[in-house]
Amino acid sequence: MSARVRVRYFALFREQTGCASETLEWAGGTARDLFELVSGKHPALTAEAAALVAVNDEMADWATPVGEGDEILFFPPVAGG
Amino acid sequence: MTFAISDKAIDAAAARAAVADSCCGALAVFEGWVRDHNEGQPVERLEYEVYRPLAVKEGARILEEAAARFEIEHAVCVHREGLLELGEIAVIVCVSSAHRAAAFDACRYIIDEVKTRLPIWKKEHYVSGISEWVSCEQCAQSGHMHGETADE
Repeated sequence: MSARVRVRYFALFREQTGCASETLEWAGGTARDLFELVSGKHPALTAEAAALVAVNDEMADWATPVGEGDEILFFPPVAGG
Repeated sequence: MTFAISDKAIDAAAARAAVADSCCGALAVFEGWVRDHNEGQPVERLEYEVYRPLAVKEGARILEEAAARFEIEHAVCVHREGLLELGEIAVIVCVSSAHRAAAFDACRYIIDEVKTRLPIWKKEHYVSGISEWVSCEQCAQSGHMHGETADE
């Protein structure tokens, strides 16, 4: 079964992928699986230890399952203040 | 407890007035300013990118946490977005309380959490013409794993 998800990239990640968002069809899995998938698609995307992920506008965990209709936000390491 | 993102200059007097209360004997204020250097490089200006829907939600949560942990009356935090010049206020935290210890502690708690949890990114534009995204010192130093993705 395939799932259709929307992925959004911010700041450094947006510059590395060259896009602010994209829609993907994939087999489904966790946020971490999805990051690995898009890393393969965008070789410039760097896996940062301090990166954060949010699903449907809520902070999430890398183990959070993502599926049909979800919007996944990949945040490079933050630096407020 | 009010958290806000602003694309205009932060009004420090207004933030301070928002926590004024006759039951309070203490006000602690933290202002983060745009500094003219970072890691040996002269900085010309800063740019903040903010993902507002989540920054506002998570910012409000941080203030609620501070109110639950410390004996404070009011707390306000405003963070800038967009292009900032040297000396401008990037972030302000104002906390009022009956006694000073709680105001100091809560103020520190709020700014520390804001720096590591909110979806806000800082790009430094150097005098040399180069610009670079900066990551928070704490994350970089401790490896600060928010989940484990990276295996590089």
